[in-house]
Amino acid sequence: MAGDLARAQGEGAMQTRPSVKRKAQGTDAELRGRLRGDKAFLGGVLAISLIATLPLVLILVFIIVRGASSINWQFLTELPKPMGEAGGGISNAIVGTLILIVLASVISIPLGILAGIFLSESGKSGLGRLTRLSVETLMGVPSIVIGIVAYVWVVRTMGHFSALSGGVALAMIMLPVITLSTEETLLLIPVSLREAALALGVSYPRTVMKVILPAGASGVITGTLLGVARAAGETAPLLFTSFGSPYMEYNILKPVASLPQTIFFYATSPYPEWQTLAWGASFVLLVIVLALNLVTKLVTSRWKIQF
Amino acid sequence: MPREGANSCCIEGGVPVKVSRLLLAGALAVSVAGIGFAQSFEFVGAGATFPAPLYLKMFDQYAKEFGVKVNYQAIGSGGGQAQLKGRTVDFGASDVIMTAKDLADAPAEIVHIPTVAGAVVLVSNLPGNPQLRFTGDIIADIFLGKIKNWNDPRIAGINPDVKFPNMNITVVHRSDGSGTTGVFSDYLSKISDEWKTKVGSGTSLSWPVGIGGKGNPGVAGLVKQLPGSFGYVELIYALQNNMSYALLKNKSGNWIKASLATTSTAANVPVPEDVTKLSLTNTDAPEGYPISTFTWLILYKEQNYGNHQKAKVEALLKMIWWMTHDGQKYAEPLSYATLPAPVVKKAEAILKSITFDGKPLLEGGM
Amino acid sequence: MSVLLIAILLSLVLSSRPALVANGFRFLTGSEWDPVTNSFHALPFVFGTLVTSVIALAIATVLSLALAILMGEYFRTGAFASIMRTAVELLAGIPSIVYGFIGLFFLVPAVRVIQIALGVPPFGVGILTSSILLAFMVLPYSASIGREMLMLVPADLKEAALSLGSTRSEMVWKVSLPFSRSGIMGGIFLSLGRALGETMAVTMVIGNSNSITLNLLSPGNTMASLIANEFSEAQGAVYLASLIEIALLLFVISTVINILGKMVINRMVETT
Repeated sequence: MAGDLARAQGEGAMQTRPSVKRKAQGTDAELRGRLRGDKAFLGGVLAISLIATLPLVLILVFIIVRGASSINWQFLTELPKPMGEAGGGISNAIVGTLILIVLASVISIPLGILAGIFLSESGKSGLGRLTRLSVETLMGVPSIVIGIVAYVWVVRTMGHFSALSGGVALAMIMLPVITLSTEETLLLIPVSLREAALALGVSYPRTVMKVILPAGASGVITGTLLGVARAAGETAPLLFTSFGSPYMEYNILKPVASLPQTIFFYATSPYPEWQTLAWGASFVLLVIVLALNLVTKLVTSRWKIQF
Repeated sequence: MPREGANSCCIEGGVPVKVSRLLLAGALAVSVAGIGFAQSFEFVGAGATFPAPLYLKMFDQYAKEFGVKVNYQAIGSGGGQAQLKGRTVDFGASDVIMTAKDLADAPAEIVHIPTVAGAVVLVSNLPGNPQLRFTGDIIADIFLGKIKNWNDPRIAGINPDVKFPNMNITVVHRSDGSGTTGVFSDYLSKISDEWKTKVGSGTSLSWPVGIGGKGNPGVAGLVKQLPGSFGYVELIYALQNNMSYALLKNKSGNWIKASLATTSTAANVPVPEDVTKLSLTNTDAPEGYPISTFTWLILYKEQNYGNHQKAKVEALLKMIWWMTHDGQKYAEPLSYATLPAPVVKKAEAILKSITFDGKPLLEGGM
Repeated sequence: MSVLLIAILLSLVLSSRPALVANGFRFLTGSEWDPVTNSFHALPFVFGTLVTSVIALAIATVLSLALAILMGEYFRTGAFASIMRTAVELLAGIPSIVYGFIGLFFLVPAVRVIQIALGVPPFGVGILTSSILLAFMVLPYSASIGREMLMLVPADLKEAALSLGSTRSEMVWKVSLPFSRSGIMGGIFLSLGRALGETMAVTMVIGNSNSITLNLLSPGNTMASLIANEFSEAQGAVYLASLIEIALLLFVISTVINILGKMVINRMVETT
């Protein structure tokens, strides 16, 4: 069965076979109309996708073209220099962004996936509905508000800014994306898969870890990557939490620099030289998100099950 | 460190002894400097965006010479005030003076120290990019929406050699809260009573007309793209991006072109006892540009709070002293206007008034 | 999870209490936002948020559905598919301000050309401009998740349709889409959430004028961009608290839209 299905996955099987065409019901004209409609549908989908992708490509190309000129070894390895001095770079911002992403992921990914599993299992219950509503609303909270909340909860308590508070803020931003995409993915996994495992005597936690999650791995990972991408690009929540720093900082209890903040600061500055640097930093951010994307896909590709 | 005994005993006089003495002297010098560097302090400051590039330069330079590290982030004047109130920063920076109510709300008394000066200029987009002149009341009326078209006789009246097209004036203001808006509206409030009652002054306003751009680049970008537009940006922004701006008629009746010189000159007026009462907008100085302002550092008058130690606070005050004296030489290359001498004296007085456990920290001259 | 949310809600309510007291119910009905006289009213921003989000979502849904179908059905594997997929996911990571600049460089002049052609004031910035920009910003969420949902449609279901004589497009339309409908909706709701809360990019191209008008080509303002614009510089307890009150309002409106949206979807599902 699995083998048949796997073969059927091939592109060839999906096209309307000539034998089917000949044996179809209805008049020739109706058939031709449907075939025309089929081509038109594909054409329409392609056209709209093109409209969607063209600006996307434009954005990516724009950043690359504008930003690539700023990239050199100095840019990537030096600390920022004040205006008027040659050289200088964004090394602390790169490290800072990576630290923040790791912190935020450690908090939000386990929590998000668990919440997604919970919602897919008991989503119809009272608690389930309340939780889903909460998560959806959280998605719509402006990032600056989340930053303010994290400021009140963490920074005020600690008495100073820290990467930790920034990680907390970013985690709150990532959480809804991970949770909801996990839930939606798991809901589409056929019940038969789960029931088969349970019928064979597999305990529930193992069913989740070994059967359900791997089956839905693709969707869960997409959601996670979307969450990470968003968190990597947020500025506003970091203003009052991780704050920023001109120095290289590895201590999560102290303020750290971040790429989005650097981009914002340089982009809105008066100096054209700094404005160019902003594009370079944007390019670096894009490369980091791309790298995370590719690495994650590579690492988890062996866990996926296609059914 | 070389052992004196070893060298002087085992090697006969001449070079080796001199070498060892040199090495000793060198080692002593390094360790003395090391003691100085071992005392390297770290400060955290936050606030105004306008002076941020200059502060970064100053802090970087000061760190090179004295080993003190400063982490300053430009989160906005309001942000600086809020963080100072919350005591999460050692000092704040603000383009505008804190209001009486805010000062009363703060846990303790706060002082303002002026550091540099800046100005706000008017930019426009007209065919041929002519050099324009404006008076304060015309600007106020344009921003109030009372003058709607470029060919209005009042504008033509003061610009006799410019041919104005029949074009609507699109006002461009700031969408985000900003010290630039604060200065601009302060000026307009002084010039126009109608502006004062209808709109008032502040970092965020309810603008009668116009569209808003985010930050200086937002306003500049909109003005560059929109024919017939009229907006305001910081002088430093106009200079660095080669934008042309209007001449303004100041209180003494002179047509002044905004520049670092005319901005500093705007502060050439008798300095009141409380320097925060010194407002440079619509200045009395005959050659001064009328839309100028100081920017301030804010900190608590009594510095013994939290985990502050005396040595650290002293280092902070010494740094601010340096910023208002030696540090001023970094201002002009970056397009900031320096403080005139009487204002520097006032800054010194304020610094000397800052206490630790009630006792002033800086004595005499530095 | 809901504990977290309720905690946030409470924090917001507590912080905005001075404003709740000072502004009262007029907050919801007036249209003036004047920090100088401490007169704060939310209506223009509520309007702007709703209009831009609805339009953006409409555009984004069409675009992302096409992308999802393309990537989830026609081009599932291969180099082209991988590149498309990664490109769409990357777009979620571009900082808001970069989108804003791109909007300023490309979208605004384009809209201005249209406005000149129509003979209206050629601001370039405005509600329509920001809605279009917003649509592209929230597109990755519904497109990527939509794609994932379509890829989860069991092959035997699709095969069944094909073997019964349907064309590929009919299969997509009649089998794949209905099967993954709830998942695709979920992705669209994620996009909606992002649209409601988007700040930086919107504020750079919306014109920031506190007016209420149905003219899509004129400037407007939204709640999220108001908060982002004014929070850092806000001084004064009532002003700050009023901004937090706007956040609270956005919170409430977001919840309401989500509940209403779900009800509408459930109604649609039941009738089909």
